[in-house]
Amino acid sequence: MKTFALAGNPNSGKSTLFNSLTGSRAYVGNWPGVTVERKEGTYLNKKKNQEAKIIDLPGIYSLSPYSPEERIARDYLLSGEPDLVIAVVDSTNLERNLYLTLQLLEMDIPVVVALNMSDALAKQGRSIDVKALSDGLGVPVISISALQSHNLDELMALSLKAAEKKRVGQTVLSHELIAKAKDIYAAEDVPSPLFHAIKALEQDEVEEKDHPEAYRQVGELSVDDTLSSTFADARYRFLEPLVKKCLSGKETKAKEKLSLSDKIDKVLTNKWAALPIMALIMFLIFHIVFGTDLLYIGSIYSAATGNSLFAEGFGGVELIIDGETYQPFADLFYSTDGVNNLGEFLHMLAGDNETGILGCISLGIKQGLININTPTWLVNFLYDGVLGGLAAVLGFVPQIMLLFVFFSFLEDSGYMARVAFVLDRIFRHFGVSGRAFLPMIMGFGCAIPAMINTRSLSSEKEKIKTIRVIPFFTCGAKAEFLVIIAAVIAGIVGVDAGLFTFLTYVFGVAVALIAVIVMTKTTLKEEAPPFIMELPSYHLPQPKALALHVLDKGGHFIKKAFTIIFASTVIIWFLANFSWDYTPIWTLEGEAAETSSILYSLGNLLQPLFTPMGFGVQAGDNGWIYAVASIQGIVAKENVVATAESLSAVAGYGSFADFALASGISTAGLVGFAVFNMLTIPCFASVATAKGELGSKKAYINTLLFWLVTSYGLGTLAYITCEWVWTLAITLPCLAGLIVGLYFYNRPKKIKEVNA
Amino acid sequence: MTLFELAVGESAVIKEVSGEKKLVRRLFDMGLTPGVEVYLRKKAPLGDPIELTLRGYELSIRKAEAKSISIEEEKQ
Repeated sequence: MKTFALAGNPNSGKSTLFNSLTGSRAYVGNWPGVTVERKEGTYLNKKKNQEAKIIDLPGIYSLSPYSPEERIARDYLLSGEPDLVIAVVDSTNLERNLYLTLQLLEMDIPVVVALNMSDALAKQGRSIDVKALSDGLGVPVISISALQSHNLDELMALSLKAAEKKRVGQTVLSHELIAKAKDIYAAEDVPSPLFHAIKALEQDEVEEKDHPEAYRQVGELSVDDTLSSTFADARYRFLEPLVKKCLSGKETKAKEKLSLSDKIDKVLTNKWAALPIMALIMFLIFHIVFGTDLLYIGSIYSAATGNSLFAEGFGGVELIIDGETYQPFADLFYSTDGVNNLGEFLHMLAGDNETGILGCISLGIKQGLININTPTWLVNFLYDGVLGGLAAVLGFVPQIMLLFVFFSFLEDSGYMARVAFVLDRIFRHFGVSGRAFLPMIMGFGCAIPAMINTRSLSSEKEKIKTIRVIPFFTCGAKAEFLVIIAAVIAGIVGVDAGLFTFLTYVFGVAVALIAVIVMTKTTLKEEAPPFIMELPSYHLPQPKALALHVLDKGGHFIKKAFTIIFASTVIIWFLANFSWDYTPIWTLEGEAAETSSILYSLGNLLQPLFTPMGFGVQAGDNGWIYAVASIQGIVAKENVVATAESLSAVAGYGSFADFALASGISTAGLVGFAVFNMLTIPCFASVATAKGELGSKKAYINTLLFWLVTSYGLGTLAYITCEWVWTLAITLPCLAGLIVGLYFYNRPKKIKEVNA
Repeated sequence: MTLFELAVGESAVIKEVSGEKKLVRRLFDMGLTPGVEVYLRKKAPLGDPIELTLRGYELSIRKAEAKSISIEEEKQ
């Protein structure tokens, strides 16, 4: 079977073409450079009995290695694996799109040019002379529409025919050194000598690394430093008349052009309205996905009347399983807080192993197991361990998917590129570009998709910085324990719990921004990466493309979270229920049952470590509960509350709140506990994602250390400051000293740079 | 005159692009080559970056980059 690679600019409709050809799932977006994964599929035409393997390359503008995506595409095309490359070109933007095609033509590989979005071009009242373009480029050209599946079979037939013949690279450049440089590469038996020769003349870093000997020889040809720009210029000079010749229909001048896209843009990036609109959109998304009080009607009502909107939450059915009463659909539609928003409703509907649909299934299984006289330990293992872990993750899926729907819509519509455009000015001061905003804000929803989205960032350092601070944007799972701790603290101090929770969010964002600044000034030094970005036209996302997009991202979430959390829950269940000599703890009597599990001894061992943060030895005999809850939090942040609640129950307290009040740690200790768990190593699923995205092992280990040190340090600082306010007299001057130190640490180098 | 000094709603022809090699290369790859006509569509709400229309599409660059691009203002 022949292998065809799809190469083209971001937003050229490459991914849509891939989907239409292969019928498989792939992602379609507007954020430049979104397809980083290598996507493979098979084209099958049963009528003609034709098939081909299709590889979707990342969207790129050029083959000079400016970004990792360009490197990936270039390496793959030169690997000899593809039999042909289909150059996907946006018909409505011929000149810039064909620039990449000209570079592809320099390789020794058959090329077919697919003029995509021909329907959009026709709508503009323009058309392309395919024959003239094909003559000008010297390769087959065909007009297609990936979205409407127009001419796709013809494209494949043409490609299969073209792939039969070998093709030698050709160039539109006419520089006398090219032939000489090509001979050097040909003498070394390098495939595609023309392409390599031109890159060597362009003084391309990758070329220098890949073929040092030939590169050195080319260098001796008295290469001019400006050749790379001469070549780029020459390519465009070749394209300008060609495009003019092939394109017919009225050409609109930039000044006169005011399309619908421009009109939308006039509002959305308006000088005064842009930031408020952006804030409003973000707020509405998070409100709809995570809010428990629709439009704050409940709060407003209770503030006005002094009564809550609903005296009781929604009740629903009652189930009695194993002597305990469950109400799986309690608070489904509304609670005493107010009416649930869509996301919260979906979350409640899915539920966990005690609530919602998943709860009904889990409880049904439990009842079934009891009915057939399954041993208690096995029931507990299956229900608490296996089903508990699975349901906890699955319950979040509908809510996370809803978040994906909104963000995918913003991305596919082209708005996200504008968000980066508007915010770049602010973010640059922190040492990242405006593009870093999207992944960071997504962190409020879930760190996993947020980290996956860092792929569109242009510099490696920017990516590392962003991945490190994403967990500081409090996600839904962290909110859970913050809300509970906030309630306890608010009860003691007498402030509003909501206010306290809000402050923890603000604190997280502040820590994230400060951390980015500190990293930019110290270990990950760089000027804010350049911001040379295409702003794609706005368009209404296609429902099909949007659905594929959401399923793709959601599937990623389910797979990652599912496997890791499932495995870890089973392990933790084992540690919590067995002693060192493998005796199940439920066979032991009273006190011994509580204090002989492996988890208990581990918690006991680690407890003193948490002393500087106020929840170590201060917490006394039952302090190990805090330690174990924190460790469990590294598995999944939902576990912090779940573990604390269940262990508090084992220790004989009604709830974690009761235990927290009785355990002897101060309010400051609780603050330390909250701060530590909020900032420390995030859940296993996001750690695994971070590992995948960071690539290098060193960056990964440093990132883990960064999370540990930051959380431990700030947890300690928070505890000390809250416990003994006068210590601010010491910490504040130290902090000021640190800032001044950092400033001077950076200064001499700056002067050096200026002199150089 | 540089692109930095161009007013919103004005067009100009690029004369020369200077600066760090990698950056210049990128600007060239994106079609910002000498001789091309650009139109300054707008500035971001906070004044920076700027949005250009060239070769039939929209490109955003920072003012810092715009400063190193010299232009010739188009005669009306």
